[in-house]
Amino acid sequence: MLLIRCPYCEEERPELEFRNAGEAHIARSANIAGESDDDFEKFFFIRSNPKGIIHERWRHMHGCARFFNAVRDTVTDKFIMTYKAGEPKPSKLPEISNEVVAK
Amino acid sequence: MKKYSVFAIAREAMRGHKGWEEQWSSPEPKKEYDVIIVGAGGHGLATAYYLATVHGITNVAVLEKGWLGGGNTGRNTTIIRSNYLYDESAGIYDHALKLWDGLSQELNYNVMYSARGVMMLAHNVHDIQVLKRHVHANRLNGIDNEWLSPEQAKEFCPPLNISKDARYPVVGAALQRRGGTARHDAVAWGYARGASARGVHIIQNCEVTGVKRAPNGAVMGVDTTRGFIGAKKVGVVAAGHSSVIMNMAGVRMPLESYPLQALVSEPVKPVVPCVVMSNTVHAYISQSDKGELVIGAGTDQYVSYSQTGGLHILQHTLDAICEMFPIFTRMKMLRSWGGIVDVTPDRSPILAKTPVPGLYVNCGWGTGGFKATPGSGHVFAHTIAKDDPHPINAPFTIERFRTGRLIDEAAAAAVAH
Repeated sequence: MLLIRCPYCEEERPELEFRNAGEAHIARSANIAGESDDDFEKFFFIRSNPKGIIHERWRHMHGCARFFNAVRDTVTDKFIMTYKAGEPKPSKLPEISNEVVAK
Repeated sequence: MKKYSVFAIAREAMRGHKGWEEQWSSPEPKKEYDVIIVGAGGHGLATAYYLATVHGITNVAVLEKGWLGGGNTGRNTTIIRSNYLYDESAGIYDHALKLWDGLSQELNYNVMYSARGVMMLAHNVHDIQVLKRHVHANRLNGIDNEWLSPEQAKEFCPPLNISKDARYPVVGAALQRRGGTARHDAVAWGYARGASARGVHIIQNCEVTGVKRAPNGAVMGVDTTRGFIGAKKVGVVAAGHSSVIMNMAGVRMPLESYPLQALVSEPVKPVVPCVVMSNTVHAYISQSDKGELVIGAGTDQYVSYSQTGGLHILQHTLDAICEMFPIFTRMKMLRSWGGIVDVTPDRSPILAKTPVPGLYVNCGWGTGGFKATPGSGHVFAHTIAKDDPHPINAPFTIERFRTGRLIDEAAAAAVAH
């Protein structure tokens, strides 16, 4: 089971309290009905599914119930950092990431 | 290839078993092949086998980053059934089921296909409605499926708890008698032996690291850990890693990869005569010929390539098993493991041509690909050989996620995802 740090509660809590909510930073169009089929497919169905660093959403379902984002390595399942919803995608990952990502 | 038979066993017994030959050869890769298959699991090896036997294409290499059959082919719970809801799914899964019948003879290799019956339990009104809908839809498609009362279910599977006091009592069941199990490793080995005997090169410990494309966009071959290997046709059959390989060719896929776990108990005498599944309490179980209970769990909730999953997922499944079969509460579990399954948004596979000329993909089987192995290989070989899908796999395109023509089988899976 994963240990996940909720950036709102500022605490590491067991995975059972959380729900994964898929890939992060996929913006929904303000005019979804006006999207072309291609763009809708990209938004709705296509996923990056990376082997390595993923940016993903989690929801602290049985805690504060808020959505937040996380950066995780999908090979080791280790979390590199979590940050609040609405914050931009981190351009630089914390130092610890090098050690975590090293295989 | 020397044929296996009772006479071969007698002959070898007389001379100390010195005459058995290797089941498949391990040649050095050539510079170029007509077709490269990426991934030597059941589906990839079956594809190579049918390319050779049905289409006469034998200049084929199957590249495998690990060892043959070491991915999900060796990690699944070996269940075979075709009781899917929609016509398209019924078509492809029943095509496979018809090939399972007789596969041991075709391959001259005992895949131990056992049509012991797959029984899916209903615990509430919704389950009854869903399963009866499946029974009717299946029968319209010529697929056997029948409705059982709780008493009939217990008669078919005596250890089942049908007490009305159960927390989720059994109120009925759907039974596909032609469903069952097969020996998963033997399926990979049998196809590998048959393909190798016809000239297919199976190259293990050879990981694909890139897909080379010509200036006009068409496939030229693949970069591997053993150098560049050329081919004008490349078929990607890489299960959980399919999207990784497709990204190398510049194609983004509607796939996400999740860990899926299974476990086996200590071996005991025959006690579970069939396969039992329950979507509602979320577990499925059968018994191997070695006597182990083979139990399948659900997927973890996050994308991962770790080939491991959370212990709480297994615990949840075992809770459900003990609910259905109270006699197993003191059974010891021996081993558990995880595989990485590639899941599509509509839970149906993709077997198709891709936007890249010469590149074909067979992926998205999610949590239930083993059962389809022979049918999948058969129609995918057709797709590669003719550069045109077989009518059976024609609906399973990548483009369906743009056109909206989905094959929405989410509710038909063995366990809810």
